Amino acid sequence: MRERYSDKIYVSVVALTRPDGSVIPLQLIWPDGRQWEIDRVLDVRPGVARKAGGEGMRYLCRISGQQRELWCSQGQWFVEGEDFKD
Amino acid sequence: MERVVLHCDANSFYANCELVERPALRGLPFAVCGSTEERHGIVLAATKEAKAKGVKTAMVNWEARQWCPELITVPPNYQRYIYFSKRLRALYEQYTDRVEPFGLDECWLDITKPGVGPREGLRLADQLRGRVREELGLTISVGISFNKVFAKLGSDLRKPDASTLISRGNFRQKVWPLPVGKLLGVGERVRHNLAKRNIRTIGDLAIQSPQQMEAWIGKMGITLQRFAAGEDTSPVSRATEEAEVKSVGNSITSPQDMHTLKDAHCVLYAVADSVASRLREMEMRGKCVSLMVRDAEMRCFSAQKTLDHYTAQAEEMVPVAMELIKAKGLERHLPYRSLGLSMEMLQTDRQPVQTDMLGRSSRLEKLERLSQAVDEIHLRFGVRAIERGLALANPIYNTIIPRADHLVHPDGFMK
Repeated sequence: MRERYSDKIYVSVVALTRPDGSVIPLQLIWPDGRQWEIDRVLDVRPGVARKAGGEGMRYLCRISGQQRELWCSQGQWFVEGEDFKD
Repeated sequence: MERVVLHCDANSFYANCELVERPALRGLPFAVCGSTEERHGIVLAATKEAKAKGVKTAMVNWEARQWCPELITVPPNYQRYIYFSKRLRALYEQYTDRVEPFGLDECWLDITKPGVGPREGLRLADQLRGRVREELGLTISVGISFNKVFAKLGSDLRKPDASTLISRGNFRQKVWPLPVGKLLGVGERVRHNLAKRNIRTIGDLAIQSPQQMEAWIGKMGITLQRFAAGEDTSPVSRATEEAEVKSVGNSITSPQDMHTLKDAHCVLYAVADSVASRLREMEMRGKCVSLMVRDAEMRCFSAQKTLDHYTAQAEEMVPVAMELIKAKGLERHLPYRSLGLSMEMLQTDRQPVQTDMLGRSSRLEKLERLSQAVDEIHLRFGVRAIERGLALANPIYNTIIPRADHLVHPDGFMK
């Protein structure tokens, strides 16, 4: 059975801050240095990370053709580890 | 226009804030507890799974463990709760600017607007619950009514994560059969008093005449009767109006019981220092010293004394508190487990001070300059950088961390 819970992985993010204060993540850098381009941000709203725990601004993104979630909570970016298993 | 008031109450607030970060523990008996080592240990919040096993809020830790040996506990993280409290308020403020917090986990919202009736209130309440669940991972219970008292009662009727409408049409059926103790403002003492007169439900209270109630329990009786009859008209204050601070207080449970008055004196200084420095930080002074003593059997005693001047000096509070202990014969309740001190009747410290000819005011001025200097040293070098001589004389002092357990109290509803 697939584990319902996953690790919370803090990542580096290259982002663009717009004049109105909104932030658009452009690139995600894994702790081991691997990088992903963020093709597009599909949705931004406050939300909970149900599998890894935590909450914050939730960015629904398209990364390498797949939908992935990315959270920003009090200035720190994180993802749910399960999502990024190869 | 009929008012539409919501009361939003976050369910098992501390516990659920922790679970947002620890989703794997959801569904298990879980509680936030004061630390056992230093004996502060009581259950501050428990999830419904823990409550189902008999764990109750304010239960002593070891007792909770007897009810539920598999209970998972974590120490409180107040920064986190304050953060979530602010997030909740920010969400509520998207609906109205009339949001009045009541403690960290409760808020009243006045959403009265032309075209908004109770039905629309219920719809908004459901929407709010959904957003809190999705955006914050918490659950709230919402009461919807035409006044604050019934809205609060409503949020208590069904939980977790439920909305309850108490309207002009149904309050007699929904509210009146409830035990009178459920009504805001009816504490244990009033409840007991009312029971003697065979007033057991809120409905019993509602049909009393105000005159009779005043004769029985004083001015408060009139207010409570009005609450029960659905005639509370108190407004929901606006978000921009900062709640006025009514009192500043703190209490300490010492790691070892206080066996002598000397011990108590020492602990009182630690409490008073924290209260006084907070008052000074807020640029306030208080006039009424209120003392709380809890003995080893967990019995609680309190006493107050009003001074003839305003102060923010521990050196003035402690002798008054010691006097109160002696005057009220609290010595015979030694050993003490905890001591609390609060200052009430506050005013800003920019008010002019009445001088006298006995030299007291110049002594006070010296004291104030001294404590200002001490505050600055504490700020720059930490609280252990400069301490009272008392700390050397009595080891009990060093076991206490000054200013560590700030209490977050809701403002009193009765103003």
